[in-house]
Amino acid sequence: MKDIHLIRLRVNGREHELAVEARRTLADMLRDDLGYTGTHLGCEHGICGACTVLVDGAPARSCLMFGVQADGAEISTVEGLADGDRLSDLQQSFSDRHGLQCGFCTPGFLMLAEGYLAQRDSAGGGAEPTEAEIRELVAANLCRCTGYQGIVEAVLATARSRWQRAAGPGPS
Amino acid sequence: MTWVGASVARKEDPRMLLGRGRFTGDISRGGGLHAAFTRSPHAAAALGEIDLSGALAVPGVVAACTAADLGDPALLAVLERPEFVPTALPLLAIGQVRHVGEPVAVVVAGDPYTAEDAAELVSVDYTAQPAVASLDGARAPGARPVHDGLEGNCLVDLTMFDDDRLPDLFATAPVLLQARLRSGRLAALPLEGRACLAEWDERDGQIVMHVSTQVPHQVRSAVAQAFSLAERQIRVIAPDVGGGFGLKCVVGREELVVAGLARRLRRPVRWAEDRQENLTASFHGHEQCYDVRAAFGEDGRILGLAADIDCDVGAYSAFPFTCGVEPLMAATELPGIYKVPAYRARGRAIASNKAPTAPYRGVSRPQLVLVMERLMEKAARQLGLDPLAVRRRNMIGPGEFPYTGVNGVTYDEGSYAESLDRAEKQVAETGWPAERDRLRGQGLRAGIGYSCFSERTAYGTPAMSLRRMRMTPGYDTASVRMDPSGEVIVTTGTCGHGQGHETTFAQIVADRLGIDPGQVRLREGDTDLASYGWGTWGSRSIVIGGGAASRAAEQVATQLRAVAAHLLEASASDIELAAGTAQVRGDPASAMPISELARIVHFQTHRVPEPLRYGLEARSSFDPPGTFSNGCHAALVSIDEGTCEVRLRRYLVVEDCGVVINPMIVDGQVRGGVAQGVAAALLEQVRYDADGQPGSATLMDYLAPTAAELCPVDITHLETPSAHSETGAKGMGEGGTIGAPAAVLNAINDAMAGTGTSFDHIPVLPSDIHAALSGGAR
Repeated sequence: MKDIHLIRLRVNGREHELAVEARRTLADMLRDDLGYTGTHLGCEHGICGACTVLVDGAPARSCLMFGVQADGAEISTVEGLADGDRLSDLQQSFSDRHGLQCGFCTPGFLMLAEGYLAQRDSAGGGAEPTEAEIRELVAANLCRCTGYQGIVEAVLATARSRWQRAAGPGPS
Repeated sequence: MTWVGASVARKEDPRMLLGRGRFTGDISRGGGLHAAFTRSPHAAAALGEIDLSGALAVPGVVAACTAADLGDPALLAVLERPEFVPTALPLLAIGQVRHVGEPVAVVVAGDPYTAEDAAELVSVDYTAQPAVASLDGARAPGARPVHDGLEGNCLVDLTMFDDDRLPDLFATAPVLLQARLRSGRLAALPLEGRACLAEWDERDGQIVMHVSTQVPHQVRSAVAQAFSLAERQIRVIAPDVGGGFGLKCVVGREELVVAGLARRLRRPVRWAEDRQENLTASFHGHEQCYDVRAAFGEDGRILGLAADIDCDVGAYSAFPFTCGVEPLMAATELPGIYKVPAYRARGRAIASNKAPTAPYRGVSRPQLVLVMERLMEKAARQLGLDPLAVRRRNMIGPGEFPYTGVNGVTYDEGSYAESLDRAEKQVAETGWPAERDRLRGQGLRAGIGYSCFSERTAYGTPAMSLRRMRMTPGYDTASVRMDPSGEVIVTTGTCGHGQGHETTFAQIVADRLGIDPGQVRLREGDTDLASYGWGTWGSRSIVIGGGAASRAAEQVATQLRAVAAHLLEASASDIELAAGTAQVRGDPASAMPISELARIVHFQTHRVPEPLRYGLEARSSFDPPGTFSNGCHAALVSIDEGTCEVRLRRYLVVEDCGVVINPMIVDGQVRGGVAQGVAAALLEQVRYDADGQPGSATLMDYLAPTAAELCPVDITHLETPSAHSETGAKGMGEGGTIGAPAAVLNAINDAMAGTGTSFDHIPVLPSDIHAALSGGAR
């Protein structure tokens, strides 16, 4: 007997209502029930981070959450980052600095970085981002292709430009 | 100006960054079924009755099968040599299991959760047998044979070279080194595991498969051979592939089972490997042991080298390469960049009750470079010479190319000495020795290590045929077709999976045709579109596939020039194709858009003479002898005596892959390769216990490197163009992984100087450092 729950959540600003089995992971629900296949599964035990999405703004491994736990939540996935076909600053930075090769881990890194940078921003911007800080962040996820250098450089460049923008001359 | 040589932004990037990549697992089909495998929990066991009733009783289960239900299909990879013992790879176990994770039965259900539940309910009667779980165990007298009647568990035993001067040389040499060098078993670990979606197409009478593979045509051949079908009855498509590193250049049993099920059930069936399956039941590589003897003269010159090389290849030969790939490459290529005057090598493939092996990135070259670089260091130490001077004395020098070694291998032009010179200079100029001293002043151990190597790439059939594979790879074929709007479709049998082929092939073709790379679309990875080809592995694609594309594009350029010459009433030899136009040389007013030529050839073909009509299209093949990239790596490491952690501080690469098609992409390949090589030296190891039970079934146990364990990699390019490639480019997909283990190991040993311990194995784990520092080196 399946244990089915009716839940409601928002993904990238769009409302969804669906019936989901209690044991179904958030990742499977996003990919297979709702069609957000940009979220990838690399290990299904919370290490690689390819399935990272934002749950109410914070990065989370969607393989370690059940879909039912997202009832009422606001989820952001990689599909929500760009403005139509126009890449966000972070996405463009990944392309400019060769922060991706096969592209499988990329959505996880984008969401990890996006969540972190947004939190950093909303906490007032803080000190200028450093390589060490960003490298530690990037160490949360696995990439097998790039050796991470392009990823670290891409996130760092975006972090710096957003930080400079935030610290720039105010409206006064 | 050419597109080749420019860091053109990757065409692949936008769709990946937008989350619109299309990996096998992203493709869904209405009414699709999901397969899950029941796998052996034993390393070795006789199979008794398999009871599927529990699985079939689960609501939602559509089918459950054993080998017998499918007709006992198997896949056979063959070397046509008397020294090779073939081992059929059963798609599902037949009568016997030979490693933990071997698939025994398959269950198909409407959703993957149900399929996995039901697969656990398959009841299998096993009679466990003692496992052969290590090289030493497999080679021991009286060891149980992994396959019935297999003597000494030896699947390949080949003495490839021998020199009867060696005993005398060893007896009289001023320095005789003896060493045993070992490398750990590794998992390629692409972030996307293996995956397959197979469906039956009634109209075309085909099984259509989407597979996460590096070798779509070989998957097709494998399905045809396993199920006795014609090749045209199968279409294999590789959509976006999330990394491969060699794991996906062999054909998996599961993919074939899924194809068989789709044909049988006439419904789409998918399978996606989970990480535990990937770590325990796919393919491994690199577990090798070298017993070497080397004679050196007083001046540091190597006089003779003998090696007994054993590779733990696991339970079966993988298709199509066979388990001979590691020992044959190791025995053939061991001398590397050094001039070894007398050589003997025996390479063996040893079977064990472990997952089978595939040609993981670098195959045997990381190990053979490790062997030679350790020998150079040891000889230098014994003779009181500078280790870099000993390398220089022995390496193939400028003016000596092409050089044919004692191993019969001909090395084309390279920059072996210059790469070392540049690396040494850069190490000095960027303050590595001072940093080493500073670290030592902080109470850490610290060391600098080098490795010099070449990387044999783009093996065509002239090289591959020496292995005597029943299926001998090497060539590739490209077609180039311009459409009526002047845009170009290129097909090849290569199959990129992160290397940026869509971009680099477009750069090559755009230069030949005088158009923009944005107007060139590469279609790879579809056996119905491309001529038979051999996929992407062995650093072959840009040289072989790119070479074929370049040749075909040149033919289309010749057609365009002839059309333009006719329309402009000029000589074809005076027509230039550039910046999207064709013009008479020196007469810009004559310029016609290339798209206009394409329009005329298709829509008003009567305007051109008969031989130029009906299309702009060509097909060409390329099958080179192979070409050697080369490089020199240097690493600076520190060791904390308290935690015994080895930390990578600095890393540099001097790299020569001939003409660089896209510098950004080349640098990415180098850096990614270095990360894997560093990890092989410091972190990664597939472990099995004495019963053959895997000890590294999760990413908590199998330690892939994160950004925290790595440091930036500085890259310097040298450019010695290859005479054996159409573009002057050499392959370079593996060099990072090939050079890194030796550089890191030499750096560790430099850091360990004074402790009385040096290491000849990888990975060097904190436990090894601890044992050495507390007086009990292993």
